[in-house]
Amino acid sequence: MTAAVRHLYIHLPFCSSRCGYCDFVTVVGRRGEHDRYVDALLAELELERDSLAPRLETIFLGGGTPTFTKPAALRRALRGLPLADEVTVEANPETVTPELARLLMEEGVTRMSLGAQSFQPRLLSVLERHAGPNDVRRAFYHLRDAGFDNISLDLIYGIPGQRPSDLETDIDEALALGPEHLSCYELEAKPGTRFTHAHGEELDRQAEALEDYFERVVDRLTAAGYRWYETANFCRTGEAAGARDLRSRHNVAYWLGRDYVGLGIGAVSTVAGRRRRNTPRLAAYLETLEAGTMPPREIEDLAADTRLREKVMLGLRLDEPFQLEEADGVVDRTALGRLEDLGLLIWRAGEDGEEDLVLTHRGRLLGGGVTAELLV
Amino acid sequence: MQQDRIRNFSIIAHIDHGKSTLADRILELTETVSGREMREQLLDSMELERERGITIKAQAVRVLWKGHQLNLIDTPGHVDFTYEVSRSLQACEGAVLVVDAAQGVEAQTVANAYLAIENDLELLPVVNKIDLPQADPEGTARELADLIGGDPADVVRISAKTGQSVAEVLDAVVERIPPPAGDHEAPPRALIFDSSYDQYRGVVAFVRVVDGVFRTRERLQAMAQGTRFEAEELGFFSPTMRASGTLEAGEVGYVITGLKDVSRLRVGDTLTSVERPAIQALPGYKDVKPMVFAGLFPTDSDDYPDLRDALERLKLNDAALVYEPETSQALGFGFRCGFLGLLHMEIVRERLEREFDLDLLVTAPNVAYRVLTKDGQEVEVHNPAEMPAEIERVEEPYIRASIIVPKEYVGPVMELCTERRGRFDHMEYLSEERAVLIYELPLSEVVVDFYDQLKSRTRGYASFDYDVIGFREGDLVRLDVLIAGESVDALSLILHRDSAYGRGRALVDKLREEIPRQLFDVPVQAAIGSRVVARETIKAKRKDVLAKCYGGDITRKRKLLERQKAGKRRMKQVGAVEVPQEAFLAVLNLEGSK
Repeated sequence: MTAAVRHLYIHLPFCSSRCGYCDFVTVVGRRGEHDRYVDALLAELELERDSLAPRLETIFLGGGTPTFTKPAALRRALRGLPLADEVTVEANPETVTPELARLLMEEGVTRMSLGAQSFQPRLLSVLERHAGPNDVRRAFYHLRDAGFDNISLDLIYGIPGQRPSDLETDIDEALALGPEHLSCYELEAKPGTRFTHAHGEELDRQAEALEDYFERVVDRLTAAGYRWYETANFCRTGEAAGARDLRSRHNVAYWLGRDYVGLGIGAVSTVAGRRRRNTPRLAAYLETLEAGTMPPREIEDLAADTRLREKVMLGLRLDEPFQLEEADGVVDRTALGRLEDLGLLIWRAGEDGEEDLVLTHRGRLLGGGVTAELLV
Repeated sequence: MQQDRIRNFSIIAHIDHGKSTLADRILELTETVSGREMREQLLDSMELERERGITIKAQAVRVLWKGHQLNLIDTPGHVDFTYEVSRSLQACEGAVLVVDAAQGVEAQTVANAYLAIENDLELLPVVNKIDLPQADPEGTARELADLIGGDPADVVRISAKTGQSVAEVLDAVVERIPPPAGDHEAPPRALIFDSSYDQYRGVVAFVRVVDGVFRTRERLQAMAQGTRFEAEELGFFSPTMRASGTLEAGEVGYVITGLKDVSRLRVGDTLTSVERPAIQALPGYKDVKPMVFAGLFPTDSDDYPDLRDALERLKLNDAALVYEPETSQALGFGFRCGFLGLLHMEIVRERLEREFDLDLLVTAPNVAYRVLTKDGQEVEVHNPAEMPAEIERVEEPYIRASIIVPKEYVGPVMELCTERRGRFDHMEYLSEERAVLIYELPLSEVVVDFYDQLKSRTRGYASFDYDVIGFREGDLVRLDVLIAGESVDALSLILHRDSAYGRGRALVDKLREEIPRQLFDVPVQAAIGSRVVARETIKAKRKDVLAKCYGGDITRKRKLLERQKAGKRRMKQVGAVEVPQEAFLAVLNLEGSK
């Protein structure tokens, strides 16, 4: 009997339209299917119930655009979920009405993640986002009005045509709203997306400028009192946080290598050394669950050393020390020394013989390269 | 056969002037082969030679013409084999000098003509290809007569292709080339003018008997090297091998030695009988030393044993090829090989790649240097990485180059030779249109890209030949390339001080382009000793992270990381710096093209 899983991800794939840069599993429109989908989700939850703890630590509803789901269906989904300490829902600004905000609060959602991306109409239209800057602010206020005291904003930088001053403005605008949490992503031109087709060359050209942007984001947000607790994530800390730990507990669970169950199309679970991905096809998902069986899944068995490698890869994204004993045999000790000499990490041994390592500021900016170097 | 019935001769010609075609016609006309047996260019037996239009290994064919035994000795056709050519010529009393009526006299024609004159050979001038529409038989005959100091009227005008007047050439051979004049009764002496290796019969020596008689089963000795063996078989080619039991004074033929190593029987040595040895060896034996060196590395390090086997097999047939294992931190395990010259190097490389299917990385070639160290030791250096740090004096090999060009290209050729540290000796006009320029040049300036430059600056009209004339002191330095403070052995160069700055700059710039940015700043320097002549810095990466990584992305991100890791494994490690093999290739290409 393996330990019960305490982290649950729910995929709500529906969107009003697909943004050019997005490579998530999404379903455009299909309002007629929302109820059917929620039924299937709840059916899958029943099938997975045994592997879940009776009370969960975290639930995360991501998408797609979870808040695009028809309100009644969304409410049903939320009501059907187990109890959890942290329940996060992703939202697109244009979908957040005062009514929706109240609904979410009533149904036990504790944390909102709002996809702002930028505050400039020109750049938002490059991203094919529907919301304007005022929609972002309005959505934020609706959530605050409904009582949400833990709101995260997503920002994207490296948008084709974005100037350094544009980035500064976006950071200013985001900080002005005073969110508890910020996620800042460099725009990834993922292969095969419409966006890469249209803007790939421009993105290549600005690759060097992007190095600057990453440093700028980190410097600005840390200067504003945010903790850079993960490569792309920042949270309020100290007095402004009211002594709360405002990190995304759900995501921290991924980075610590904990098990999680994912429900919905394309959702991934990792339980007891086995990773599985549900079919991304809506019809197949619905039909199998309506027939009372598990949806089609891709299975990946993770070898012990693969799990350790992942643990290193994920753990080094965090600002907290990584315990070396958790990566026994997959870390190259000569590389450790070399990277320490380069000022990229600090390698410490406690009196009890326990060793840990922490990446320095520069080491974190180069975290991918450092990880590649460290792993044997 | 009586010596006054024997004529030994070579055909000497520039590449493509028709030497092989003439040889073929002679074999047909003398009924040595029937027309049906006739294979184009019969004497060139190796596939590679046929493709390149050159001949590496000499052979001798015996033909009969109007009661005379004529031995046609084929000569290697290129500058790198000058010594072998001179040995082949020494086996003859005369030479047919063939010039293309449309091309006129070329550098190799001149070089070989002088070589023949030095060997006291009777020269028989022939203008070939008179059937070509653009042929100028009269002008060419005048050039040829001027060159060898004769009368244009004595020049035979032929078409080897159609067979026109080839019989006149054979008549002239009998009439004008003197018969051999050895002592039939003296202790036997024979000059080894070539050898080859047969996997069943061992080393086969090609010999010209000067005195006495050799017999099958006789115990023989090579006088310079002291190698002894029993003559398993004696004979001649006509055109295939025919055993004859004896080889007598004046005759040309082969000796099957049973030796398993070509290096034990060197061209130029004298064979004699163990029972009745000659006192004095024939003159002119020289231990030929390689002049050009390069590192050969398998692109895939797993192929190292295959490369070693291939070199061993080539060596069986090529006594001039030398090699020793070399380890380079950048290129791994390979061999430092010595060659007679550039063409020899090209041939070896092509044979390795073609016959042995190897994928090779070849370092920029360098020459042999004679170094006097500060503590008075003399060393010969074949690899820039081995150049001692404390040097009193360095000498490098020099050549005497003759370059023949149409007069409008004299300027560009002089410019090129000056750029390459050439010293002008003199210039002569061969005709109103064409001149021969004589320059003395450091061999090192010629081994890299000289021939291509010469051709491109003269629209292909220049022809070029050279002789190594000895070693001379030069203001030479070793230029090292340092990546993050570590010297990269495979990239060290020995060059003239004046070009060190420019080459250093070019090397450093190229490496900066080719080496990916690392997690730290990487200085790339070119230095002479401790003095840095060029420097660039590959700035450290400032960002190397995957933007986001959540539950659904972990597998994909891990695979990205594994790919990054696999990419690193393919890199060569210079200190802490990962350098892609392509970077070395790009730099070696740069070195190969100045």
